[in-house]
Amino acid sequence: MAIISKPPLSPIGMQIMLWALPALLVLAYVLPFAGVALRSVTRPAPGLENYVRIVASPDLRMILYRTVLICGVSTILTVPLAYILAYYWVMGRAVTSRLMEICIFLPFWISVLVRAFGWMVILRNNGLASDLATFLGLPAEMLATGRSANSVVIGMVHFMVPFAVLPMASVMRKIDHRVLLAANGLGAAAPYVFWRVFLPMSAPGIYSALSVSFILSLGFFVTPMVLGGGRVTMIAEAVFVQMFQTANWGLGSALGIILMLFVLAVLWLVRSVVKLDQSVSR
Amino acid sequence: MVVHLAIMNARKCFGAFEALRSVSLDIEKGEFLTFLGPSGSGKSTLLNAIAGFEPLTQGRILKDGGDIGPLPPDKRNFGMVFQGYALFPHLSVADNIAFSLKVRGVSRDERERRVNRMVDLVGLGGHAHKRPNALSGGQQQRCALARALVFEPELLLLDEPLSALDKNLREQLQDELVSIHQRTGTTFLFVTHDQGEALAMSDRIAIFNKGAIEQVGRPDDLYDWPNSRFVAEFLGTMNIIPLGPSANAGETCHAGFRLEADIETCSRSATTGASVLAIRPERLTLHRHRPEAAANVLPFRVDALVFQGSSVIVKGSAPDQLPLTLSVARVGFDEDLAVGQDRWVSWSRSDARLLES
Repeated sequence: MAIISKPPLSPIGMQIMLWALPALLVLAYVLPFAGVALRSVTRPAPGLENYVRIVASPDLRMILYRTVLICGVSTILTVPLAYILAYYWVMGRAVTSRLMEICIFLPFWISVLVRAFGWMVILRNNGLASDLATFLGLPAEMLATGRSANSVVIGMVHFMVPFAVLPMASVMRKIDHRVLLAANGLGAAAPYVFWRVFLPMSAPGIYSALSVSFILSLGFFVTPMVLGGGRVTMIAEAVFVQMFQTANWGLGSALGIILMLFVLAVLWLVRSVVKLDQSVSR
Repeated sequence: MVVHLAIMNARKCFGAFEALRSVSLDIEKGEFLTFLGPSGSGKSTLLNAIAGFEPLTQGRILKDGGDIGPLPPDKRNFGMVFQGYALFPHLSVADNIAFSLKVRGVSRDERERRVNRMVDLVGLGGHAHKRPNALSGGQQQRCALARALVFEPELLLLDEPLSALDKNLREQLQDELVSIHQRTGTTFLFVTHDQGEALAMSDRIAIFNKGAIEQVGRPDDLYDWPNSRFVAEFLGTMNIIPLGPSANAGETCHAGFRLEADIETCSRSATTGASVLAIRPERLTLHRHRPEAAANVLPFRVDALVFQGSSVIVKGSAPDQLPLTLSVARVGFDEDLAVGQDRWVSWSRSDARLLES
């Protein structure tokens, strides 16, 4: 019987295999990024003119401010919500756990565009939310937020919750059940065990969920466009507008670089918080 | 002594599996009682029921006469040392130990005083500020012990606390545990599958088998007077000689040789017919020529010699392929003994136990 085996790679073949990944990185990430960075200081003329314009323009400053605010608010709403879901997913009884799993993963299978339009159907004037408000005897505007920053936040939170659940659930799964029993046996009732043992032990998951949510939210494009209806422009939409509608490649690139700097700043911040948390015991 | 903790007909089922079947046990104040048994014998299940982590399916646990069944673990006031220690990874050693005091609202000064005393008691001086993952296995063990003792519990439950440590450290910590038990006067309930540990440390041992207690007693009593074949074979090495039905209580035979045992030991099994004779290896005597005795003598062929330092284990066989093991002290040892030689073994009638097979 013939044994089919792959011929050993020639030295040149080995070289190609070895350099494939760095080459991909350079071609797919480094070069385009370098292009963007270069354009931001060369178009329309060499210099830092684009950055000066961003700082000087009240409109662009407003977009940056709004982006950080909306991203901050949606992150702050996402993480506790995701924590509760993750907690019951990991620690709950079998039925609760399965229900949570469905709640967490069902949205994953629906496209972001469909979800944004879905929320618009619910939140628009005379939509489901306003019917519910009327039913409860509340002013319709309280729940039916229409095209507004509130709707953008709702849509973004809905999108980000599963992404925040996953890192927290993986940390919670690693918590030794006996440590919780030990705390209980040492005299701590359930709420004390949660606040003084479970929560601190799951803190690394919270930090990574915070950074994942915030970084993810910075790049949101479809949701603000659909649910904000052009009135709630965020930085990703601004980049798109500058590049493809006003063909101002230099300014768009500069906005892109600023977005990138935000992401790096968040990553650095989370890393230093985690380091601090590990070195302080009390 | 007063009965401190009374376990009455404790039964625990996990689905169709009966982990504990009607276990009753009285525990006295201040004693060091060990639950010994193979894994899956129910010893940890009973410990968890006493701690309050696993409610019993049936039966009651009384402390000083009061039923503690409805009490949650945090209201029972028992210290527990877990297998793998279960220390709080996010707290320093000092904060781990102080946890139970903080829960009970003990003042900061008092907390510090008691934690320091515990740190000294278990020998963790200089490590109080460290996180558990910066400690060695033995230090983690000491920290877990200090954490469980600092609030002066009435009962300390230890679930295989030494199983993760290497042999030398284990022996050292055995001594320390015994000394801490004596100094604190706390009742210790210790779960282990290691018979050496149980024999070395305990005031009393309860031997578990298949969800029930086979026998409870002092280590030397259990070793010398096992009342079942399981206990006889589980503790130490035991030679088991299968016997035919006995004509008279205490008298029987193997391969035509007359064997005897003390009457009182066989009264239990005399009615059932099938029985075995159990003899410890160190109770057997080796002879070059057939001894004078009329009973309890068997021919023996040496199959293997195992050097043990202070003694030599002699393995061999008697008629009917009966394997026998002897432990012979090296002082006065018959030095020209070799594999393949034919010898005789004998024992005195009071050293043999008749047990149900």
